[in-house]
Amino acid sequence: MITLACQIALVAIGLSVVFNVYRIVAGPDVLDRILALDTMVINAIALIVVIAMLFEAPTYFEAALLFAMVGFLTTVSFCKYLLRGNVIE
Amino acid sequence: MPIVAEFLIAALIVVGAFFLLVGSFALAKLPDMMRRLHGPTKATTLGVGSVLIASIAYAAVVRGSLSMHELLITLFLFLTAPVTAFMVAKAHILRDARERAKLPPTGSEKGWATLDPSPGSTDELAGFERK
Repeated sequence: MITLACQIALVAIGLSVVFNVYRIVAGPDVLDRILALDTMVINAIALIVVIAMLFEAPTYFEAALLFAMVGFLTTVSFCKYLLRGNVIE
Repeated sequence: MPIVAEFLIAALIVVGAFFLLVGSFALAKLPDMMRRLHGPTKATTLGVGSVLIASIAYAAVVRGSLSMHELLITLFLFLTAPVTAFMVAKAHILRDARERAKLPPTGSEKGWATLDPSPGSTDELAGFERK
């Protein structure tokens, strides 16, 4: 039953990534694209965790942790650059 | 694996994936930038938290050991999602003239701090003058 649930989750997360790609292409401002990239990173984290459960490989969680940290840092530095003109004042 | 634990883990995974789908659908479908912030910050964070809790329960049942990695990821995402939303909203207020027109007055002689120049700059033309 867990295998079936993981496969359903994989389809749903794939569909979520398609929605995010649509927002990256069609966002009228650059902030829509930044937000869509951040959401895509969080979907990637969920995807890695589901695949780690499906393939019984617990070492994949390190990759998820790295993605979380780098994704948040990317979004915050983009927004800080748009606000102030440079990232570290 | 006991049937109750298996059912609970499967339910948590499916509920988490559903909330991830709802959050991304909200990002794709809502008409305004300020409305689009709701989906990724609330629904997507909840979905990822649910999938990670399912992973903790799965590791506890199958391997008998409580692994702290997923808990760390969950706590990190819960802490940083509001910060992300705040910075995106602030940059949006700066860039969009219609959003700036909707801001309420501050009631003192200084305006909104987000539209002021950066604290270390000495250029008197810095700060926001776009119409």
